[in-house]
Amino acid sequence: MIWNEEFECMGLEDLKNFQSERLRNITSYVYKNCPVYRQKFDAAGIGPDDVRRIEDIVKLPFTTKEDMRDNYPFGLFSVPSRHVSTIHVSSGTTGNPTLVGYTKDDIALWSDVVARALCCAGAEPGDRLQNAYGYGFFTGGLGLHYGAMALGLTVIPISSGQTKRQLKIMQDLQPRILSCTPSYALYIAEEAREMGLDPRQSSWEIGIFGAEPWSEAMRRDIEAELNISATDIYGLSEIIGPGVSQECTYKDGLHVFSDVFYPEIIDPVTNEPVPEGADGELVITTLTKQAIPLIRYRTRDIVSINTAPCRCGRTCPRLSKIKGRTDDMIVVKGINVFPSQIEGVLMEIDGVGHQYQIVVDRKSHGLDEVEVLVEVEESIFSDEVKVLGELQRRIKEQIDAVLSVGAKVTLVEPKTIERSMGKAKRLIDKRIL
Amino acid sequence: MKITQISVFLENRKGRLLEVCSVLGANDINIRGMTIAETESFGVLRIVVDKPEAAVQVLKANNFVANITDVIAVEVDDRPGGLAAVLRVLSDNNVNIEYMYGFVEKTGQKALLIFRFEDPARAQEILGKHGIRIVTTKEISEL
Repeated sequence: MIWNEEFECMGLEDLKNFQSERLRNITSYVYKNCPVYRQKFDAAGIGPDDVRRIEDIVKLPFTTKEDMRDNYPFGLFSVPSRHVSTIHVSSGTTGNPTLVGYTKDDIALWSDVVARALCCAGAEPGDRLQNAYGYGFFTGGLGLHYGAMALGLTVIPISSGQTKRQLKIMQDLQPRILSCTPSYALYIAEEAREMGLDPRQSSWEIGIFGAEPWSEAMRRDIEAELNISATDIYGLSEIIGPGVSQECTYKDGLHVFSDVFYPEIIDPVTNEPVPEGADGELVITTLTKQAIPLIRYRTRDIVSINTAPCRCGRTCPRLSKIKGRTDDMIVVKGINVFPSQIEGVLMEIDGVGHQYQIVVDRKSHGLDEVEVLVEVEESIFSDEVKVLGELQRRIKEQIDAVLSVGAKVTLVEPKTIERSMGKAKRLIDKRIL
Repeated sequence: MKITQISVFLENRKGRLLEVCSVLGANDINIRGMTIAETESFGVLRIVVDKPEAAVQVLKANNFVANITDVIAVEVDDRPGGLAAVLRVLSDNNVNIEYMYGFVEKTGQKALLIFRFEDPARAQEILGKHGIRIVTTKEISEL
């Protein structure tokens, strides 16, 4: 079922009119109510009157994570604090945390978009949802909770962790839907097997997995392990939390609810829009939020967009899964390269393991070179040089196709790529820039 | 009868072959025949040893990628045209050779060659039919 058919299936012209009107309103609203935005707009020499159509959005200045932190805690609010119903805080690894607030109407909006997302995934009123996202400051738990209540699900607010208990509750209450991070889903399956249970026999039929990027290969693993339909939900607390976009049952992109969260895809270096289908940074404007509306917020997530209507009947555009983060981006020969793009290619090749490293170097003749080191595992090793050469060529071809900068692929012995306890060091930039 | 060859992945780096040979030597494993196929960036070392199972075990324990392949050791007359005679039989019978290499030692008047065939079973049958002697694993380990 489609939760908000009016907006999710709206004709594109009507949608644009709505977006235009909402953009005009939100621009005047923040200019009037948020001194930080007024200063930003004034500095850019633009006022609310310069925004007529949704296309005018490109004239507006961006909002960044730094803006959120610099104005911690309440600087970006557009409402007096007595109108704020609740707040969420995400810890920052550096500097101030990010704090977001919601009015009553914002919570209603959040409930609505998460209800849309749940329906996208195949949920029906009356289903039971085991919500194994963390409750508390993290937006995942309560976000799913609000949406599930709006849709009319029975929420099991178990929160994350205590895996044995998760499995017991699943067996006892037979929920049809599981929501958690994709890596926790795999962990639950593993734990089930250790307890002597068959994870494929679980009551879960639908998984709503998000809060971290995951690949198609991981989807195949989760679906095989848990015998479940694994769907991707996307969101970020700055925008609202989960419910910015969600895959429908066709799993061909995440429907972004563009009547309320207007998406743009830009080149993160030039800040210019990229053509439809090309990878770029996702920029979102909240068209109707009250407490902290954000204008052109730089998500730092790399995606592409597809505006073609979907087989499910929804017209709201579809975002790809996250292909990378601008934080990890490097520029080689003027082309933006994301380590995760290379990882995506490697994961699709049978037998290639998770260990790889990208080395960028500038040769004496001044040209940048990208070398991808891939560890040879037993599963891909052959006594025949031609088989290995063929594998090397295949990896190279597919990386070249994705990156459009030629890369050299080198097979290396196992355990030669440095292991790290935390985030793996995937990229070595040897250039002196 | 097929014998066991061990293949090892080698990066094109100084000392890698030395490392393999040291590991085998330290574990009292003797190399009987060997060849290296190399490309610009890596090589594949193929060896026949007296204790194949132990060899694979110690190589893996030392973080080498190694696997085993069935190959055939053939006795060839050690005289001009000896190898040609064997190859003619194979060619006439459309038996395809992936690669081949010579042995470190020889037995009397015969030279030993290792063949990696696309279809080892068929190769064995053809060779047997034409009276070309195939050397057994036992003979290899007793060399």
